[in-house]
Amino acid sequence: MPEDRADRPELRKILAALAGRLGGAVLAGVVDGGELSVRLAKDGLAPALRFLKEEAGFNALEDIAAFDNLDAAGGGGPRFTVVYRLYRFPGALRTRVAVDVGEGERLASAVPLYRSADWAEREAFDMFGIRFEGHPDLRRIYMPDDFEGHPLRKDFPLAGRTGGA
Amino acid sequence: MELREYDLNMGPQHPSTHGVLRLKLAVDNEVVLGVEPVLGYLHRGMEKLWESLTFTQVVPLTDRLDYIASLSNNLGYCLAVEKLAGIEVPKRARYIRVVLAELQRLASHLAWVGFMANDIGAMSVLLYAFEAREHVLDIFEEYCGARLTVHGIRIGGAVRDLDAPLASRIRAVLEKIPERLEDVRALLDENRIWKERTVGVGRISAADAIDYGLTGPPLRASGVAWDMRKDLPYSSYDDFDFDVPLGANGDVYDRYLVRLEEICQSIRIVRQALEGLPEGDPRAKMPRVLKIAPGEVFHTIEAPKGVLGFTVRSNGSDKPERVKMKSPSFINLQALDHMCRGNLFSDVIGILGSLDIVLGEIDK
Repeated sequence: MPEDRADRPELRKILAALAGRLGGAVLAGVVDGGELSVRLAKDGLAPALRFLKEEAGFNALEDIAAFDNLDAAGGGGPRFTVVYRLYRFPGALRTRVAVDVGEGERLASAVPLYRSADWAEREAFDMFGIRFEGHPDLRRIYMPDDFEGHPLRKDFPLAGRTGGA
Repeated sequence: MELREYDLNMGPQHPSTHGVLRLKLAVDNEVVLGVEPVLGYLHRGMEKLWESLTFTQVVPLTDRLDYIASLSNNLGYCLAVEKLAGIEVPKRARYIRVVLAELQRLASHLAWVGFMANDIGAMSVLLYAFEAREHVLDIFEEYCGARLTVHGIRIGGAVRDLDAPLASRIRAVLEKIPERLEDVRALLDENRIWKERTVGVGRISAADAIDYGLTGPPLRASGVAWDMRKDLPYSSYDDFDFDVPLGANGDVYDRYLVRLEEICQSIRIVRQALEGLPEGDPRAKMPRVLKIAPGEVFHTIEAPKGVLGFTVRSNGSDKPERVKMKSPSFINLQALDHMCRGNLFSDVIGILGSLDIVLGEIDK
């Protein structure tokens, strides 16, 4: 693919520094297709984002995408995965940070580091019911406040209103 | 007079919100203390729906996201799916996509300048800008039969080939647009009313803009040269010579200047793409049923409104496990509160307009 730039040595350095700083909280890390991808333990999220922003220079949070693993994990692993997309401008460097979070567990909010995280976390809360600790105003963003259930969960029906958790 | 904060509701049925956006404003007489956008009035549950459709069936639904620039949505989604499936798009198709995407950008910016001037109270600009946009829509109609929900790009390439007669019609349209652009600029550039409503209004610094995740013309108006076509080129954009226009003040006026200059750059790109249009197929050979091995990708393009991204995750079947759209309007709108604070109540319309949001892609 033309958009995949060659392996970037600076990303490898960032990965090594991150692993050194967080130790066991970095569960996996790989540089592939021009971007750094790390999988973190839940408790490693806040320090990792802080390191990536303040020391590695990832000044923009592009997106937060949540996934429901209900079908994939077969009920065994954590219910959700939340993926953070960080961008370093200038330089066009990308990092993908993935964290698994179980039903009823909380993730540290990224709002104190990136203001763009505000609505993105509200969306993940609205659609999946994932809660973010330290978010200034965690409310639904699309659905009405009195709506029951979280529409993008895999056990929420495509049509109708019942069946949502 | 003592400070008295009161709340004012604007929308969701308000002509200058361009859709169904509701704003909860906190004002002290004429001064805005805060703006809280309330979303969801156009929420159609697109991402949920996409999980029930095949990868191919999703494409026409992306037209309905940013419906002022449908083609850009097609492109963003198709590039993500192609990256996930490892589909190599022929060079001719990549060039056709660039032609279409840049025509779409200039049509979107022309619509914007018309709406924007109309919102502020200058109606004639709308007529000039829309006349120019009309020519571009005629091209789309000839290419794929649609004018608004233009479905011109498919997974693996373009809907059809760009033949010589259509190419010469595009060239003829490109000749007409600069004239209309001159009309618009003659009406607005040094217009005292326009400048008083836009210069120094709704400012945001480069650092704040990045922190809010702002992209597209609102970001570049603050002087940040972040453009995905240059930074992480896709669809052969690195073959073309073009500039990324930047503003300096990060106000409404600079957003206007950036968009108008981007129209000129789009014309440059389309001319180069037509000139260098390579021989070959307009579409890759595709399997009858597209099944994609489990994986996840994130791909971004520079859409007219800003950086449009798609995260696509597959589970081995012919339907996506999940498609998450990173909508530029959604993220840009988040900075509205910051831009409006301390400004005059009457400027909220202008600042909101300067972000060029489309509710179709905010509410999804």
